[in-house]
Amino acid sequence: MSRLKLFLPLMVFVVLAIFLLNGLERDPNAMPSALIDRPIPVFSLPVLGDETRSVTEALFQGEPALLNVWATWCVACRIEHPFLNKLADQGVRIIGLNYKDDNDAAKKWLMDKGDPYALSVIDARGRMGLDLGVFGAPETYVVDRTGTIRYKHIGVVDERVWRDKLLPVWQEIQ
Amino acid sequence: MYRIFTVGTFLLLILAGAGPVGAAEDVQPFSSDDKRQRFHELVAELRCPKCQNQTLADSNSPIAQDLRGEIYRMLEDGKTDSEIVDFLVDRYGEFVMYRPPVKNTTLILWLTPLLLVLIGIGILWRVHRRQSISAPPVNAQSDGSSATAVNSEALSAKEQAQLKTLLGESEQSESDDEKSSGGVER
Repeated sequence: MSRLKLFLPLMVFVVLAIFLLNGLERDPNAMPSALIDRPIPVFSLPVLGDETRSVTEALFQGEPALLNVWATWCVACRIEHPFLNKLADQGVRIIGLNYKDDNDAAKKWLMDKGDPYALSVIDARGRMGLDLGVFGAPETYVVDRTGTIRYKHIGVVDERVWRDKLLPVWQEIQ
Repeated sequence: MYRIFTVGTFLLLILAGAGPVGAAEDVQPFSSDDKRQRFHELVAELRCPKCQNQTLADSNSPIAQDLRGEIYRMLEDGKTDSEIVDFLVDRYGEFVMYRPPVKNTTLILWLTPLLLVLIGIGILWRVHRRQSISAPPVNAQSDGSSATAVNSEALSAKEQAQLKTLLGESEQSESDDEKSSGGVER
């Protein structure tokens, strides 16, 4: 028994090491979204480039879509943009949420870089973002044809994220 | 060079500690002192979703500012504290609560401190008990040198008895040939 006690510090160390190693593997920014498997929040917001027209959550009914939160002030969005263009070319329907941005800057951005969005909704005050639990851009939601959020990715969507995380969900809801 | 570095780090730490104090002081006129009080309590125990080790009060990130604004609006709308917390939990998950509710998934959070205290008390009790058990032999030998006292602890009861007879014999022999030149095994 007293021999075993000698190993106690080692055992404590091993347990700690396992937990800490596990912690290294995890993304500290990853947190479970509260809105997974919940419907897109109710909204009524103007459309970028056609500000007199407003759209509602009905936009997400009938056809699966990605909801991409973007802004011109968001550096990572710049990195993500070419890949979104590519996805749009492949026929993926992407709805943009232009989050707390300047309209003119946003329009210029789409002119310069190409517009991957079926349309972009203007969330000037970030109220829709708040309802979505957005806490930065870019964020991308996978929404199925009933308007239910199926997956949320925080950060840049690139080839790897698409292949490993979004595509499986996307194929499932087709 | 190293000293400059440490002084710099120290200053940074001070600044880091001092910065957030002003952060929650958004210029917003509350309609009552009670609401101001509740606002400060709420932002102090809700977590900023973006900067995860800060409260909403500490953080200057845009999302924290938005959420403070939202909490302010809801307070002025007459919402209760729990309605406001529910609103945030609905959107950002239980993650935003620095004081999570007691339920199955958070039980370990709440019970671990208690468990650790109990383990600590257990260890203290055992150490204390062992000391009081081993204490008498030490006292009995206290007239001897400390080395003898330590040795006596390591002896079994049988050995103790043996030792006593040996000592008894030697004492006797000592008194027997008092005038001899010693030579007693000690």
